[in-house]
Amino acid sequence: MVSAEEDSVTHEPREVRRRALRDALGLPSLILLASMTGFGSLARESGLSLGIALGATAGVWGLPGQLAFAELYAAEAGAFAIGLAVALANARFLPMAVSFLPWVRVGLTHPSRLYAIVQLLSLNSWAAGLRAFPRMAPELRRLYFVVFASVCITSGLVGTALGYFAVGALPRPVALGLIFLNPVFFAMVFAGARGRATLLALGLGAFCGPLAHLLVPDWSLLIAGVVAGSLAFWLSRPGVPRG
Amino acid sequence: MSEPSAQWWLLGLAVAVTYLWRGLGAMFSSRIQPDGPLFQWVSCVSHAMLAGLIARMTVLPLGALAATPLTDRLLGMAVAFAAFYLGRGRTLPAVVAGVVTFSALTAFR
Repeated sequence: MVSAEEDSVTHEPREVRRRALRDALGLPSLILLASMTGFGSLARESGLSLGIALGATAGVWGLPGQLAFAELYAAEAGAFAIGLAVALANARFLPMAVSFLPWVRVGLTHPSRLYAIVQLLSLNSWAAGLRAFPRMAPELRRLYFVVFASVCITSGLVGTALGYFAVGALPRPVALGLIFLNPVFFAMVFAGARGRATLLALGLGAFCGPLAHLLVPDWSLLIAGVVAGSLAFWLSRPGVPRG
Repeated sequence: MSEPSAQWWLLGLAVAVTYLWRGLGAMFSSRIQPDGPLFQWVSCVSHAMLAGLIARMTVLPLGALAATPLTDRLLGMAVAFAAFYLGRGRTLPAVVAGVVTFSALTAFR
């Protein structure tokens, strides 16, 4: 469904803002609304206050880390265990930020602002940005990202509050479905991925993720990411025969 | 259960350790040449990490999902992928099909 208009590179801030709103108000905000509803109800059941639940959505802004936070709090884990689990569940933000920020850095007068912008980054805005950026002037990409991410965070906060108050009202299959929504949606974000290196990284990562979790639960994501990612990088470097 | 003030302290900790990765990413990103091999390696690692996370959430979930049968989760995921490719890459119908399949299986157990 790519129209001629979408194919062209735009230099219009107004058009970029319109695209960001249109892209974000569709599926991403719907998914965030639903998945954060799942988090909101989990937070309520874990004994967290509404303020904490909203603070986790806005401040952590990464569902795996938020789920680890609520689940370990409910299990009365210590501060060290909670801090380590959240950190390891969210380690993906380091490579995501490194591979994303060069796109939105163009024309930034104060490089220190990058440290504020990076807080808005999530899987949704990362994937949407990388898809949409080639169709806009480099200096407008930051505008697209900020508008897109702001819509996402707003939907996430509304969803968190909804889930917090709706808990108990949701039948169990629906509540479970809302949690299951996350891996399904994440998988669909990557289902259309192209490029040998990317596909290799995705395939090897999917294989290594559960395997590493069985061997070293705490460090599994970090290990799976570095091992599978490096293997994919090495296998797809120029000079390696294809097939 | 801890006091409300302890909750805020723990939240601060969770936010800080998450931001640590973001901040480090921001620091490194300004020193890495886009299109260079280091950048491509980091991109491979982030894709592998996300795919690993998705697979782990499906095969070995934590929390409430852990009580559901593995076959239900795998079937839900398989239906989503099938709908994605049959629907020529449309995300919404694929996500709905996968989640509805999983919820229905859970409801009829």
